[in-house]
Amino acid sequence: MISLKKISKIYGSGDAASTVLHEIDLEIREGEFVAIMGPSGSGKSTLLNILGTLDVPSRGQYAFLDTEIGSLSPDQRALFRRSLLGFIFQGYNLLKKTTSIENVEMPLIYQGIDSKTRREMAIEALKEVGLEDRLSYDPGQLSGGQQQRVAIARAMVTRPRILIADEPTGNLDTKRGHEIMELIRNFNQQGITVIMVTHEDDIAAYASRTIYLRDGVIEKEVNHVS
Amino acid sequence: MFRNAFLQALREIRRNLMRSLLTAVGIVIGIASVIAMVNIGKGASKSITQSVEQLGSNTLYITPGQRRGPGTRGVIEKPFKEKDLETIRSSVYALNVISPVESAYMTVIYKEQNYRTSIRGVENEYLQAQNWNLAEGRAFEKNELRTGQNVCILGQSVISNLSLDPKSIIGNKIRLKNFSCEVIGVLEVKGANTFGADQDDVVLVPFSLFQRRIGGSDNIHLMMAAVKENVPLELAKTQIERVLRERRNIEKEDEDNFQVRSMTALLDTISQVTTVLTVMLGAVAAISLIVGGIGIMNIMLVSVTERTREIGIRMAVGAMAKDILVQFLIESIVLSGLGGIVGIAAGMLITFGVATWLDIALVIDPFITMIALIFSMVIGIVFGIIPARKAANMNPIDALRYE
Repeated sequence: MISLKKISKIYGSGDAASTVLHEIDLEIREGEFVAIMGPSGSGKSTLLNILGTLDVPSRGQYAFLDTEIGSLSPDQRALFRRSLLGFIFQGYNLLKKTTSIENVEMPLIYQGIDSKTRREMAIEALKEVGLEDRLSYDPGQLSGGQQQRVAIARAMVTRPRILIADEPTGNLDTKRGHEIMELIRNFNQQGITVIMVTHEDDIAAYASRTIYLRDGVIEKEVNHVS
Repeated sequence: MFRNAFLQALREIRRNLMRSLLTAVGIVIGIASVIAMVNIGKGASKSITQSVEQLGSNTLYITPGQRRGPGTRGVIEKPFKEKDLETIRSSVYALNVISPVESAYMTVIYKEQNYRTSIRGVENEYLQAQNWNLAEGRAFEKNELRTGQNVCILGQSVISNLSLDPKSIIGNKIRLKNFSCEVIGVLEVKGANTFGADQDDVVLVPFSLFQRRIGGSDNIHLMMAAVKENVPLELAKTQIERVLRERRNIEKEDEDNFQVRSMTALLDTISQVTTVLTVMLGAVAAISLIVGGIGIMNIMLVSVTERTREIGIRMAVGAMAKDILVQFLIESIVLSGLGGIVGIAAGMLITFGVATWLDIALVIDPFITMIALIFSMVIGIVFGIIPARKAANMNPIDALRYE
């Protein structure tokens, strides 16, 4: 489903150029749960951004469902994300002073879905994460765990093929973190491919495969048998 | 997309209500002043036109002297004589009536009281030309006019300022500077003219009396003529000019050394002046609109920076650059458009207030109202495009990372 060939990312130019990713080769199959680990500065966020089509590689080929992402315009990549990708972030990234339901509805607006269907889909997605009694709450009225659930509902409401998670439990305590991971595993078991960056081993343990990154290259890969 | 963007914009405006209101105030003031200026200008113009028409749109004013540029006053012009008047009166058939008019400012004394007013030497035709009737008494008699007897007709303001009784004053004598005259009539109230001057503040005396006692010569400096109904003003004007050119021996190639003017000419001048004033005031008000627009741009730029992360999130979930552009553009259009609507309402209120206060015609021009509304939205586009482009051109990764 995803195929990276000799992916490099270089920031700056000339003497100031710094290579963040160096000729990464990576294959991800549909339905996989991949964790990317590594110390800070290892390039794991950059790799995730490239996988999420938010960024493009400086060199190499990134084929996603046989589409060469590097050749797409920013707007084409936006359309790609719109229909195929869901994102969750460490800092939740919900819209402030906007209710849970409106936050979850937001991606559907860009899909051009009418407001009634939108509402129904948003409520359904919030139910799935167990927030049916927090529909009209602002992020400010929700706990960190609840905010991350809203974020998951927002990511999943469009039924994406891939969920991109950037340290989804980084701001949460262990108990809440595991609750969130249970949700994510649930979606993975429904067939959604999950790519997650984390630096916690017990969180990475949810994944079927862990990729260790160091100084822009893949140090090792570990497959978990579950 | 537009409907959602519109709802989103309304939500965003509500979220920062105080800031949005203050931002829109610039547009409100701009639009309100344009609407008020233009409508009041038009109302004033309409009122002036109406009162000039009341003054007599069929009246011609004949004066000696050429039409000259400004700054050439004081040149002694060859005045008209009695014979000119008689010739016009007997030969210009387009005219209904014609009267000489001469006036001076003098003190009127009755018993212990005195009052300064305008003494005007006229003939009975003056009253006809002015469409002015007598409230009491009678007009001048033929022999009074011919021999210039000491008789006079008082205007209502003179009556009230000397605290006279209009009925019992008839037959009494009042004193003017160096002679006294018998009051034979009292004029009806005519009120203020277009320029606010009190037309009732006048004492009419026979023209020949005026010439003898006040003017001291047989010169005529103004003749007032009323053109017959259904006769074009221009025709009467041409006829008078022909007669006068002949009487004053003006060679064919020479210009007139007299003028025949009508109120319609004055009307044109007035409407020109009011149009220029309206346009100028409107333009000044339009400048405040631009200031209001800059205010909107300023706040939108702040808003874009504040919402950088939101922009990043929207881009991550699949918003294209144009979606972001439209969102912010519509927000600024809605902001300025709402300002425009409030401004129109405020402008109409001001127009209504001023029209009532100054007692001028209430005119609400639908055209300028439409223009104002459209213009306010155009301001939203023009001043919203830079912030909206800034938002749309953001890099999603940087925007998501923004603290």
